[in-house]
Amino acid sequence: MNSSVIIFPGSNCDRDIAVALEKMQFKNQMVWHKDTKLPKSDLIVIPGGFSYGDYLRSGAIAGKSLIINEVIKAANDGCLILGICNGFQILTETGLLKGALLRNKNLKFINKNVNIKVINNKSNFTNKYKANQILDINIAHNEGNYFTNKDHLKKLIQENLIAFKYCDKNGNINDDNNPNGSIENIAGIFNEKKNILGMMPHPERMVDNMISNSDGINLFSSLMN
Amino acid sequence: MKLTSVKLLLLNLKKNKLKFSVTVTLKKDVLDPQGKVVQNTLKNLGMRDLSNVRQGKYFEIDLSIDDQDKAEKKVDEMCKKLLANLIIEDYKISKI
Repeated sequence: MNSSVIIFPGSNCDRDIAVALEKMQFKNQMVWHKDTKLPKSDLIVIPGGFSYGDYLRSGAIAGKSLIINEVIKAANDGCLILGICNGFQILTETGLLKGALLRNKNLKFINKNVNIKVINNKSNFTNKYKANQILDINIAHNEGNYFTNKDHLKKLIQENLIAFKYCDKNGNINDDNNPNGSIENIAGIFNEKKNILGMMPHPERMVDNMISNSDGINLFSSLMN
Repeated sequence: MKLTSVKLLLLNLKKNKLKFSVTVTLKKDVLDPQGKVVQNTLKNLGMRDLSNVRQGKYFEIDLSIDDQDKAEKKVDEMCKKLLANLIIEDYKISKI
């Protein structure tokens, strides 16, 4: 499988995701944001970081970059798109995913491991996980508070477009285990066609037991599946 | 000759005079935790008559076109395309 990782000035998880993809046997290429052509890709990853120093709004400037037009075209042609952390923020700014990521409710940058539950395991991104499986995964963000309007939230629930929700270690989903104030404890969502996944947690940081755990591996093996 | 160049200069100054301000604020139903913290701190400072604070962003934009209608449309387009995220934010344009 061919993958491309888009790099913006200020991206800082681009190498981590490249290591994870290569470990999982993807043929990966790095793509600079000023490029106007994408290499042939089955998967495009928009990595985490602080593109353009979070100027204006997180992801706002990157969301208007040259390469994004190509990403939008590829997405409309059915290419798989994964946005992690700042990548999720960029995807909402481009309109490929609906909603927005607001400042964390407690106004603090949060960097810690949390639990998330796999809400929908019937997708290209999550098919190797069990339904309701609980993952131990890192989050590191200042704007992870997912917000969307009532109609879209209804649609997310009805069409099973919520990929992950924040929970406790037993899988309980409530305000106490919502780290950033996200509506419905949402940690990741799909678009309608489920070829795009945006998520705040970092699966690429959970692919090696030496440094963390391997809870992120199944996301990449799902893609290979 | 001198007089015409002064006139031209004045004309150019006039041409470049269109200036707008844009204020971007979070929509009413979107929680503004920064505004809340500012509000609480102002209350702690003894500002008793305070009922609400919303924090926002402010832009000043100079344009090089002289048609005001066109200029306003341009600024509106800038707001829609970049300055505001209409899912969570409202914007207000004023001529200054």
